[in-house]
Amino acid sequence: MATKTRTVEVELSTTGLDAQGRPQRVPLATDEAGNLVPLTPAPAVEPELEGEHMLINIGPQHPATHGVLRLVLELDGETVVRCVPHIGYLHCGFEKIGEYRQYNQIIPWTDREDYLNSPGNNVAFALGAERLFGVEITERCKVLRVIAMELSRLISHCVWLGTFCIDIGAFTPFLWIFQQRERVYTMLESWIGARLTTTLTRVGGMGADIPDGWTEDLANFVRTFPKVLEECSTMLTKNAIWVGRTVGLGAMSAEEAVNYGLSGPMLRASGVAYDVRKDFPYLDYETYDFDVPVGQTGDVYDRYLVRMEEMRQSIRILEQALKRLPDGPVNVDDHRLILPPKSKATSDMESMIHHFKQVMEGPRPPIGEAYVAVESPKGEKGYYMVSDGTSKPVRWRIRPPSFVNLSAIPKMVEGHLLSDVIAINASIDIVMGEIDR
Amino acid sequence: MGLDTRRVETNVDVGSAGSESWVTTKLDFLVNWGRANSLWPMPFGTACCAIEFMATAASKFDLARFGMERMSFSPRQADVLICAGRVPFKLAPVLRRIWQQMPQPKWCISMGACASSGGMFDNYAVVQGIDTIIPVDVYVPGCPPRPEGLMYGIMMLQEKVKKERMADKSLRNEMEPDPRSQLYIPPPLIDEVSEPFGNSVHQTRSGL
Amino acid sequence: MSESFLPVLAGHAEGTEVAAPSTPRNIPYRDGTPNPSAEALRARFGEAVQRVDVVWDETTVFVDRARVAEIVQWLHDDPSQRYDYLSDVTAVEYRDVDRPIEVVWHLRSLPYRRFLRLKTLLYKGQPLVVPSVWAIYKSADWMERECYDMFGIRFDGHPDLRRILMWEQYKEGFPLRKDFPLRGRFSRSEQLRQILALNPEAKYSMEELSVLDAFDELSLEQRQRLRAGEKVGE
Repeated sequence: MATKTRTVEVELSTTGLDAQGRPQRVPLATDEAGNLVPLTPAPAVEPELEGEHMLINIGPQHPATHGVLRLVLELDGETVVRCVPHIGYLHCGFEKIGEYRQYNQIIPWTDREDYLNSPGNNVAFALGAERLFGVEITERCKVLRVIAMELSRLISHCVWLGTFCIDIGAFTPFLWIFQQRERVYTMLESWIGARLTTTLTRVGGMGADIPDGWTEDLANFVRTFPKVLEECSTMLTKNAIWVGRTVGLGAMSAEEAVNYGLSGPMLRASGVAYDVRKDFPYLDYETYDFDVPVGQTGDVYDRYLVRMEEMRQSIRILEQALKRLPDGPVNVDDHRLILPPKSKATSDMESMIHHFKQVMEGPRPPIGEAYVAVESPKGEKGYYMVSDGTSKPVRWRIRPPSFVNLSAIPKMVEGHLLSDVIAINASIDIVMGEIDR
Repeated sequence: MGLDTRRVETNVDVGSAGSESWVTTKLDFLVNWGRANSLWPMPFGTACCAIEFMATAASKFDLARFGMERMSFSPRQADVLICAGRVPFKLAPVLRRIWQQMPQPKWCISMGACASSGGMFDNYAVVQGIDTIIPVDVYVPGCPPRPEGLMYGIMMLQEKVKKERMADKSLRNEMEPDPRSQLYIPPPLIDEVSEPFGNSVHQTRSGL
Repeated sequence: MSESFLPVLAGHAEGTEVAAPSTPRNIPYRDGTPNPSAEALRARFGEAVQRVDVVWDETTVFVDRARVAEIVQWLHDDPSQRYDYLSDVTAVEYRDVDRPIEVVWHLRSLPYRRFLRLKTLLYKGQPLVVPSVWAIYKSADWMERECYDMFGIRFDGHPDLRRILMWEQYKEGFPLRKDFPLRGRFSRSEQLRQILALNPEAKYSMEELSVLDAFDELSLEQRQRLRAGEKVGE
């Protein structure tokens, strides 16, 4: 049969994307009668199937999407040709509601936005508001906040490790690591009274000082946690299945990673040693001795290694923080910001006025704006607040690290297998509460 | 907690003597006992409550004690929908679809303040209680509820299941939404239950 | 780690000795030192730089709307600036209805450890359009979409400017605008009715994917099948 090859635009059977990102054309042939027939592929032992690409929808309710993420994948066989993420299924209007609340009233919302990292968010928001108010916090408060941030980094990475393991097919580390997570929860509970939604900080201080004996609990945890971590690491790091399912997936080069705005472990796995704690320090992080782990290739395995090492470094920071925890007041001595003690509010006229003014009107920052970024477990978490001199912000903007990290997922999964999409998605460590806000 | 364990003694009579064992019981009791102790949950986890649900299922609290360790991520094999977390409007048709895909008999636990009433998210984006979308059997309060709280809710649901009677045909009636508005309950009622209450009434002013 | 591997370090621009950063203390309210990039921008672009503001030691540069893309490109490429990291794109609308909406870009220079805030003003009554920086930073993709979704600001040059958080058929407007009420424009039952009336399955069609860049070139019959919400790939 004499065949003339000619190219026809048939979108439903795109074989892939060209350099410009446009669907590639599929060659069709005409037979003698002039009808269009698909070009016969060269005979092979396994005949290659040519035909329609398949669309697969993952989510919004799927155990491996870590929340209500929806991915629409265009598959060629089992290879992902194109991935279109759909988000917004958990959009709860945080930023809008922040414009209707006083600064201290916003802190409960920060708990629920990246709910794996509630204490860290509380600290980040308080830091932002304190810059807007022009307040310097006390030394004890700084160290307590460092402890809170590193503990929350640990529990967030614990959830990441547990769910990542389940996604890849290992269940045991999930059970082990969740036991340790419960210990942190118990400690947080005895500190502030809540397990998950802590509302730990206030503008100018903390909601509560640590109770008696708490540091012993923490020291005990710091001593014993690394053992469990190493057990998990022993189980996974050189495990053939683990390595096989993670190495070489979703690699991002350093330039790409910076250009795509990745941050946190995602960026560092690509070999960029950018850590907000080191480069734009806050809470005296420059005085702590810790290392920033950096990956080499930026694949899923490197992200795993970086996060595991970050947990070890968090333990180091916790040890140092425990040693240097000074005595003294936790809150700033300014009753225009911090509520006076209840006993004084009922007996002392001035305290009562402060109490009343704060509860009814709320403290007012000067006109201005502040963007304060911290290193959250997911990456650079920024709070941008604009004040027009009233007690409620004009604009409260959350810079969500996993939102930006997730926006690179089409780039990361292209050309990989469907099952690898799950591993790549798990390695981003997304929290939908933060992405959709 | 009010769990009636004596019913087991009164309802089951196990033969003791002889080589052949036998049991007499009521069919209702046997079926309900079986159902209540092997509820397969469909975790519809969206936000913070899903993390507490995970903690409930994990090593310390161990949901397997209630016969619920078999998470059914497919709604077609599930008995009880656990809606853990806030449900924004964009998610409402998804939740409705999942509920409709579940076969009877089915139950629903609304876990947490946001799922039950909208919680602190009294704004343009969040459904003020999932009972405006699907019928709910047990509400678990808390923001988020502690694992113990969820377990108490589960035990309450088990109690409810144990009291069902097969003779009551209406129990298995699938509620059909109004075909025009797709709502189960009349719109004025939805507006009424969604009204702001408590402190939230005063916090609608921007500025000051 | 192999010998040849060199991580990219922040704060290590060639030929400069950048002191190790430390936690800022006692930040002045108005009279902080401006970011050196602000002066450089003024020298390079002159009139296009409208104002430089330093609040709480953070430098804000107000720039001409038409030249945003050009300025950002220069900040990204110039070896003495190297703002290679886009932290955030957002907008601010003030409670004062006459004040213009501000579009805000937060830029970071990792090699120089600098932080710069760019702003441009969008006056009320004029079309809300600013140039997109997507061609320079891929990270701008979703952030610009979100800004469009929440404020209705169009980013000229963005390849796929659609709603991202709210659904496509959302009828109530742009939630973060100040004239948008906290609980939405419609009653709760109406909001619920509208979203439940949307058929979620219809959204799984190829059409929504925008894969079909050349939808119009399809045969009539194919187009009709897709319009009817056919699910491709089943």
